[in-house]
Amino acid sequence: MSSAILNSLVGALAGGDVRVVDLTQTLTPEFPQLTLPPEMGQCQPFRIEEVSSYDDRGPSWYWNNFTCNEHTGTHFDAPIHWVSGRNLPNNSVDTIPAEHMLAPAVVIDCSKESKQDADFLLTREFIEHWESEHGDIPTGAWVLMRTDWSTRRDPKEYQNYDEEGQHSPGPDAEAVRYMVEKDVIGFGTEAIGTDAGQAQHLNPPYPCHYYMHGSGRYGLQCLMNLDKLPPTGSVILAAPLKIRKGSGSPLRVLALVPGDAA
Amino acid sequence: MTNPLQPPKRKNPILRTRQPILPPWTRSRVGLGMTSAAARGRFELQQCDGCGAVQYPPREMCSDCLGTELTWTEMSGRGQLISETLLHHAHDLYFRERMPWRLGYVKLEEGPSVVAHLHGDVPAPPTAVNVIARLDRAGRGVLIAIPEQEVPNMADDRQLREMTCDPKFRKVLITDGKSETGQAMVREIARAGASLIWVGHTEPWKQPEGFAELADIPEVELIPLDVTESRNIQELGKALGGRVDILINTAQVHRTHGITDRYGTDVAKMEMEVNYMGLLRLAQNFAPAMMSRGADGQNSAVAWVNILSAFALANYPSHGTYSASQAAAMSLAQCLRAEFKPSAVRVLNVFPGPIDEPWNQMIPPPKIAPERLARDVVAALKDGVEDLYPGDVAQEMYSRFREDPKILEKELGDG
Repeated sequence: MSSAILNSLVGALAGGDVRVVDLTQTLTPEFPQLTLPPEMGQCQPFRIEEVSSYDDRGPSWYWNNFTCNEHTGTHFDAPIHWVSGRNLPNNSVDTIPAEHMLAPAVVIDCSKESKQDADFLLTREFIEHWESEHGDIPTGAWVLMRTDWSTRRDPKEYQNYDEEGQHSPGPDAEAVRYMVEKDVIGFGTEAIGTDAGQAQHLNPPYPCHYYMHGSGRYGLQCLMNLDKLPPTGSVILAAPLKIRKGSGSPLRVLALVPGDAA
Repeated sequence: MTNPLQPPKRKNPILRTRQPILPPWTRSRVGLGMTSAAARGRFELQQCDGCGAVQYPPREMCSDCLGTELTWTEMSGRGQLISETLLHHAHDLYFRERMPWRLGYVKLEEGPSVVAHLHGDVPAPPTAVNVIARLDRAGRGVLIAIPEQEVPNMADDRQLREMTCDPKFRKVLITDGKSETGQAMVREIARAGASLIWVGHTEPWKQPEGFAELADIPEVELIPLDVTESRNIQELGKALGGRVDILINTAQVHRTHGITDRYGTDVAKMEMEVNYMGLLRLAQNFAPAMMSRGADGQNSAVAWVNILSAFALANYPSHGTYSASQAAAMSLAQCLRAEFKPSAVRVLNVFPGPIDEPWNQMIPPPKIAPERLARDVVAALKDGVEDLYPGDVAQEMYSRFREDPKILEKELGDG
């Protein structure tokens, strides 16, 4: 029976009944990295150095060294990333269960609101309203917040700093608590962090990091192509690199979607 | 009278570019003493500690009393031009291309008579002149006699320009225009008459005060440039390398940590990435094209400036990892200087003491203002010097370094 499911999935992928949508930003040196006050430790941006290119350094092969932080580009946050999740079991990317790397997803469209207000906060009411249209968030699902933030190709607009810091959308504390109650597997966003740009002023500061990781859930950020996903019914493959005691990792995030969706 | 330098015509693209040739450059070890002083823009000759005689050319011992204790001493430069020669023929390839060439014999106030290159505005002998020491295109100290009083367009003299790196009408790349030092450098290079100034900038979401205004300077062209980003530097090297006459590397990361006050290597690595590796990336991608243009007409590629730190000379422990990155950069800059030698492109290393900028908040004055630093750099280019210690603190540190590096190390170690 189970092999029949896999066979039919393979058939559906080949036939276009199930499509694969890539939710990953390309890793480039220009892609903005999370920025902290300069006296603090910094997130290293993606950097790449050529080792050889069919030349005297290696006559028949081309390859590069690259460096980055665990939180560079499209990346995964494990519970150990935040102080609230530091003592949980299986809280780092090498120990989280592999089964969690394939999970259903719902997409909450906040693109209109985020366009009007860069500081838009996703609230519990907004989620409940969404549920009244699309049904309850299923247990173990990713909640992906669509903001179309990924269409901001200019790094300056993507970061969106002014003198008071960054302005980008995210959930408020009550919304995160509600999602945790609904037993989601994690929260994903298109902006540079799962929390809003001004989330240090919320209570608690950075509530998405605080509550999600504090209860063993995950984060995905710098996603794109969320507009190509249906509100419900997609499946996310998000498998971070197996870094010993890693707090996160850049990764390829793929969505399986019904062929007739979006 | 010297004709004022004119903006050069565009290069004729079908003519062969002249290859750089060096003037004769061999010197004895003791002869390099004059070069050492000229590299800092000073004219020094040996003075005997025993009998006080000043001698030229440099020798192992005093030509008057055979004393061996000789001290390099700064000369006043005042002298009388006794005779002059206009050279019309030379077998030496460098001078052959630059005929005619004016030379003179000058009796210095301090005693000895010296052979000097002769500025075009120096009247016929006998006449009073100023003798200055400059580095020639081979980076060796030579003497040039200039008019006693400033004359119009004095710096534009053909022979003097062989020794200098004036930014006037030249195309200059400043690698980071965002820092206070970078901004001051851009403004000063514009004032010095550069024809085009490429100003590098990175992390566009950070907009420091004053940076936006740079775009109002007509010669400025802003370009995304990040010295930690190999492909960016490679692309820029290909796009601009063949046009840059002067490169000024202002890109720098400065943090204030030693070894034990902050755990980890990330900050030290960032400093090395920018201060050391950044220079390496720039040099690998810009130096080859600049080397090919070392004798490319009036506005040849002429200089490469590294803004380093006096803490490259000895470690300042509260800025310890920064000091180490500066020492590494200084060493690499010396390598670049040696590799540039055949092309006659000069490397100017600048060693300021603490600059008056936020990361030096806790250091008490005197601190060199970015504007003063920039002015000194431009003056150093005009004088063709190779090592600049701008400001009192840097001068003081350099003189202590020369006296005894160990004492400087101990004193800096005391904080």
